Amino acid sequence: MANLVIAEHDHGSLKAATLNVISAATAIGGDVHVLVAGHNAGAAAAAAAQVAGVSKVLLADNAAHANLLPESAAAQVVAVAAAYSHILAPATAYGKGVAPRVAALLDKAQISDIIKVIDADTFVRPIYAGNAYATVKSSDSVKVVTVRGTAFVAAATTGGSGAVESVAAVADSGLSIFVSAEITKSERPELTAAKIIVSGGRGLGSGEKYREVLTPLADKLNAAMGASRAAVDAGFVPNDYQVGQTGKIVAPDLYIAVGISGAIQHLAGMKDSKVIVAINKDPDAPIFGVADYGLVGDLFEAVPQLVAAL
Amino acid sequence: MKILVPVKRVVDYNVKVRVKADNTGVDIANVKMSMNPFCEIAVEEAVRLREKSVATEVIAVSAGVVQCQETLRNAMAIGADRAILIETDVELQPLAVAKLLKAIVDKEQPKLVILGKQAIDDDANQTGQMLAALLGWGQATFASKVEVAGDVATVTREVDGGAETVAIKLPAIITTDLRLNEPRYATLPNIMKAKKKQLDIFKPADLGVDVTPRLTTLRVDEPPKRQGGVKVADVAALIDKLKNEAKVI
Ligand SMILES: Cc1cc2nc3c(=O)[nH]c(=O)nc-3n(C[C@H](O)[C@H](O)[C@H](O)COP(=O)(O)OP(=O)(O)OC[C@H]3O[C@@H](n4cnc5c(N)ncnc54)[C@H](O)[C@@H]3O)c2cc1C
Ligand SMILES: Nc1ncnc2c1ncn2[C@@H]1O[C@H](COP(=O)(O)O)[C@@H](O)[C@H]1O
Repeated sequence: MANLVIAEHDHGSLKAATLNVISAATAIGGDVHVLVAGHNAGAAAAAAAQVAGVSKVLLADNAAHANLLPESAAAQVVAVAAAYSHILAPATAYGKGVAPRVAALLDKAQISDIIKVIDADTFVRPIYAGNAYATVKSSDSVKVVTVRGTAFVAAATTGGSGAVESVAAVADSGLSIFVSAEITKSERPELTAAKIIVSGGRGLGSGEKYREVLTPLADKLNAAMGASRAAVDAGFVPNDYQVGQTGKIVAPDLYIAVGISGAIQHLAGMKDSKVIVAINKDPDAPIFGVADYGLVGDLFEAVPQLVAAL
Repeated sequence: MKILVPVKRVVDYNVKVRVKADNTGVDIANVKMSMNPFCEIAVEEAVRLREKSVATEVIAVSAGVVQCQETLRNAMAIGADRAILIETDVELQPLAVAKLLKAIVDKEQPKLVILGKQAIDDDANQTGQMLAALLGWGQATFASKVEVAGDVATVTREVDGGAETVAIKLPAIITTDLRLNEPRYATLPNIMKAKKKQLDIFKPADLGVDVTPRLTTLRVDEPPKRQGGVKVADVAALIDKLKNEAKVI
């Protein structure tokens, strides 16, 4: 039995989510190999080879993978798939694009967003916005799995001694062409990897107020910043801030929800945080049902006070 | 060109489902069912493309129990021209749905299939990508903006770090994100009109597709309950708790 982890990377380094997937692969048991499909991606492959538990890295280095498009990535995975019983990818925008294509090309089911490995065939995954956990058993000969990063500790970035092996790259599919990317620039920690998150909702009222009120708090705590969908929809912040069932899943040590009511779709994305603080003027807001510490009051007074006192 | 829009009937997003006492599943008897919100967005987008004369016909398709007809009527009330039901009582998993949809694509030859990015019951986020793979087509998932010109769709996608724009060759698959559009309300006259629109019914066997599930659900559990904590009196009390009790700052 051997597991293939589809690395998410930026050619030069691994994305943090890849480390969580490697842990999930280790939990399944057997060898753990990592596929790096990229362009001039030797550095990412070398980094993968150092990760604890990895015994081999397959590097498919080709211009076809320069923009990490899913059509070519999936074809690359299928080209090396024969040796593996399990194929795993992170449940991120990248992994969600590639893994189902791989599964369909292999005529296998995919098990999405696992949070626990029971055994080599059996996994636990949330359904209905995390309101239920399903234990599912696969009857397929190859398991294609995506992994929820927050549910598995990151594998150590050192300690491994994997060999990097070059594999033949597939041709560019030509089905899609990368045009441009508008990536949000931020000095802050990445949302899904942050220890502390300050998150704002519709209660902030506007983008200006969101920044004016929450930025000083996030600065003090060296926190990442998140948002509810309502705040994103209203244009307060870009879409990549969204936490929830259909946004990002986070589980920091401390999550501070400000002016967020606590709809089930939002809770789905943050209720595994270690400590939750809610600041809301409505004492009956559902967010208080999951908050360890609730402060009922006007956020425009409470947050500046909090900043001043920290 | 034709656009095919697969729509799924799911438990309404406002319903908080309960796990059955015997842990065999969630209790969906007598709960409100609706069209998956991402599918509504897909229908709206397709209808807008027809209104802009990019598309000539919008066909809604659903796979599942006989009640999916309601979901299809709803899609036609938003503006789909006709509908196809693939009727079965078997529990359908995304790979099976993708195979059924491929059979319909082979019949109808659409240039574009617009699906939701995710069904809010199984939270699988697979079907569109699987269908793209089975057809050998390109895909643009998590779309927040779609422009079609000639044989190319230019799609802005919501990705983890922000947004990305790709150009995909038609025929192709698009899956919708929440900010792509805001679906219109179905008006009463349009609901009435939808009742008279064409709805064809097939069985999976008619399409030659084996829909046997590959995954078995062994049990379904309630997630661990979070203990609702305490309300603190003021900011000073909050800081004290965070420093001395939770020790997170
Ligand atoms: C298919 C689907 C998927 C979805 N996915 C997501 C998702 O991934 N993530 C997500 O977040 N949502 C998601 N939603 C939306 C979700 O249902 C809610 O609409 C949303 O989370 C509400 O955001 P909110 O709490 O900011 O706004 P509201 O519910 O309007 O709450 C605002 C809160 O601010 C408080 N407030 C107002 N003023 C003040 C003040 N001065 N001081 C203190 N408190 C104040 C109010 O008391 C209220 O509780 C989804 C919805 C659908 C249909
Ligand atoms: N039974 C079904 N009938 C029609 N369309 C479906 C069905 N299941 C899934 N889909 C489509 O696939 C999308 C993603 O679903 P999923 O992969 O299950 O998360 C949905 O938004 C629908 O557009």
